[in-house]
Amino acid sequence: MRSKLAFVVTWAFAAASLALPALAQKQGGTLQVYHRDNLPSASIHEEATISTVQPFMGIFNNLVVFDQQKPLNSPETIVPDLAESWAWDASNTKLTFKLRQGVKWHDGKPFTAKDVECTWNKLTGKDKDDFRKNPRAIWWHNLKDMTVNGDHEITFNLNRPQPSFVSLFASGYTPVYPCHVSTKDMRTNPIGTGPFKFVELKRGEAIKFVRNPDYWKKGKPYLDGIEWKVIENRSTRILAFVAGEFDMTFTTDVTIPLLKDVNAQAPKAVCELVPTYVSNNLIINPTAAPFNDPKIRKALALALDRKAFIDILSSGKDSISGVMLSPPEGRWGMPKDVIQTLPGYSADVEKSRAEARKIMEGLGYGESKPLKVKISTRNIAIYRDPAVILIDQLKKIHIEGELEVVDTSIWHAKVTRGEYAVGLNLTGVGVDDPDVNLYENYSCNSERNLTKYCNKDVDALIDKQSQEIDLDKRKKIVWEIERKLAEDLARPIISYQHMATCWHPHVKGFVLHQNSIYNNWRYEDVWLDK
Amino acid sequence: MGAYLVRRFLLMLLTLFGMSVLIFVMLRLVPGNITDIIFDSAGFVNPAAKKKIERELGLDQPIVTQYVNWIGGLARGDLGYAYVSEKPAIDEILPRIPVTAKLAALALVFSVLFGVPLGVLSAVRQNTPFDYALRVVSLTGLSLPSFWLGLLILMAFVHWFGWIPIYKSTPDSPWRELALLSIPAAAVGFRASALIMRLTRSSMLEVLRQDYIRTARAKGASDTAVNYDHALRNAVLPVVTIIGIEAAFLIGGLIVTETVFNIPGVARFLVEAIRWRDYPIVQNLVMFIAVVVVLTNFIVDMLYVVLDPRIKYEE
Repeated sequence: MRSKLAFVVTWAFAAASLALPALAQKQGGTLQVYHRDNLPSASIHEEATISTVQPFMGIFNNLVVFDQQKPLNSPETIVPDLAESWAWDASNTKLTFKLRQGVKWHDGKPFTAKDVECTWNKLTGKDKDDFRKNPRAIWWHNLKDMTVNGDHEITFNLNRPQPSFVSLFASGYTPVYPCHVSTKDMRTNPIGTGPFKFVELKRGEAIKFVRNPDYWKKGKPYLDGIEWKVIENRSTRILAFVAGEFDMTFTTDVTIPLLKDVNAQAPKAVCELVPTYVSNNLIINPTAAPFNDPKIRKALALALDRKAFIDILSSGKDSISGVMLSPPEGRWGMPKDVIQTLPGYSADVEKSRAEARKIMEGLGYGESKPLKVKISTRNIAIYRDPAVILIDQLKKIHIEGELEVVDTSIWHAKVTRGEYAVGLNLTGVGVDDPDVNLYENYSCNSERNLTKYCNKDVDALIDKQSQEIDLDKRKKIVWEIERKLAEDLARPIISYQHMATCWHPHVKGFVLHQNSIYNNWRYEDVWLDK
Repeated sequence: MGAYLVRRFLLMLLTLFGMSVLIFVMLRLVPGNITDIIFDSAGFVNPAAKKKIERELGLDQPIVTQYVNWIGGLARGDLGYAYVSEKPAIDEILPRIPVTAKLAALALVFSVLFGVPLGVLSAVRQNTPFDYALRVVSLTGLSLPSFWLGLLILMAFVHWFGWIPIYKSTPDSPWRELALLSIPAAAVGFRASALIMRLTRSSMLEVLRQDYIRTARAKGASDTAVNYDHALRNAVLPVVTIIGIEAAFLIGGLIVTETVFNIPGVARFLVEAIRWRDYPIVQNLVMFIAVVVVLTNFIVDMLYVVLDPRIKYEE
């Protein structure tokens, strides 16, 4: 009897201990975060910047979402959100979402399948009140149409199977918008179904959100609100974080040198260094002489010393990857030993450069007669710094680069018009999935394919991997594409950046994602232990 | 005097007209417009969508039409809509003006309160250790960029007090606001006070050698009376001129100070608006600053009459 009692007590104690973390969450408090700049608008669908996603993801819900508590995004970590469940049909071309009932928009109107239909009609350009700009239109190129089955079910009909289609819905970039609010209002006064309600956006000053008391996830969020203060000067905002004025930094705002400062001045702060899935990459205009000659393009690729870039820019913390982010954080990238077999990725840089010099000398260039070229880049430090290193490295193969800093406002316009020869660019990826990265940046029909690289064989391979259900087979095709992209010098990736995000120890329930910076800003699990 | 005022008023109008044309044309000569920026944040450019936005904002119209529309609106008190926030420009500009005005006024008060008396003291104690020390201080003030000084101040506060004196939200009392603004005002006013100190010193030195000063001393006037009633009154004219010019230049210093101390004023907002090519904000703000500068010059000219009875603005 006594042993039985002891067992029951022990079991009850163990059960209570397991339940403790849930009991420990405290309700209340306002999370203070700083924002690094003036965001272009509040409409996530119209922007392609973390400046909008990070503050505004918390006012929305998606149909499904990457688990906010798991650091790696993958199809296995996708959890229900506004959709209670989802299922493919036998042909893998019809994806049906069963929607949650009783959900209300922040203005009290009910959420229905019509809202979902409206959102994707806007994303595919079929709505009269379409988006002013639609940077991720290519994500939905395989969507034929939708079938609304009553108020709480919707089917997405695809042209062909696309297993990673569900992952696209799980991104922070894919909230459901209300049908009854205009796209203009969503830019300035957005309404969602999410845990926080938008209060105000004062340009250059602050963004305020308050708790949504009618949130459909009972008991959440824990915070009373979130206040963002815009502090454009990085030194000021880091000092303010150190002084305890803010609970959290803007994501990936803390560079490697600054991380050392923060660690020294606020030793209790929690700082995590993660890949941002933003790459430093080289853009070469294949229509601009002499880079229309594939030999010179090859020489350029051979001149790159990626390790030197990484050592200088990030004290060795950034990572060498192909187009897809390499393991351990990346799910689709090549491991280090395979990457080294790609053209231009050899560890023996001197040997590669000797080969590059030979190519250049064969074309009539040499030490006394270098090829003079402008290296264009955006007038922002994170663009300029690698561009300067690039110029130095090109000197080693008889190329004399001159830095051309382009006003940041016209950078994309200039590149789109092809008014550059060689450039240094940064590219961010929203979801660690080949469908996102490859279609967006390398397919012939993408508006975001800045260099207008177009190879029909690669396009066919991108489509092939997109519809491959078997993961291993798909990865094989992705690596085949990687190799072709490296051979074609389609936007050679120099490195993937690593940056840190810091928060004070009283911020609980926050998990930083490691293979995307765009998907974990719902804040519904975050609480303050003050 | 009446005729002079009328002439001066007309000249002010002409200056403002010239300013409006200049800013309007120069803004459009800068590469790129708001549509480039709008697409830049999306990482691509869609020429058709870009044209559509240009049409919506009236940027496809001839430049003369755009100018007439703007000036017409301005005359009616309609400043148009900010391109980025899509709110009335007046709602974006108005709340920021008092913040900068207070900061500028404080900085000016600081620079005059320190610059003039220290300049006088430096002159009357010429070539003493006190004078040397003040000259070093004034040289430091002239050489230190205000953003760097601002950062040093912030670092010192965080290091010693564990607190950072930046603008996080509107202070709840005028005294708190005064305390919060006085630090950036000192940072930005330091340079101006150094300049005023040096000018006051050299101007005073010149006056102190005049015969009438010697006469005043011979008559047995006290040092204070000689220095402040006789010398300073005559030395202050070039100082007033430089204070007027500094008041106009202050806006430049405020841009960096507002950024470093995170003050939501018009100076920082103007730079942001230029970066975004937010024409309605830039045009109207520059016009506002032009009005302030023109009025300051006018006030300084009028002050000459008060300070020096020999000056008369007559036909």
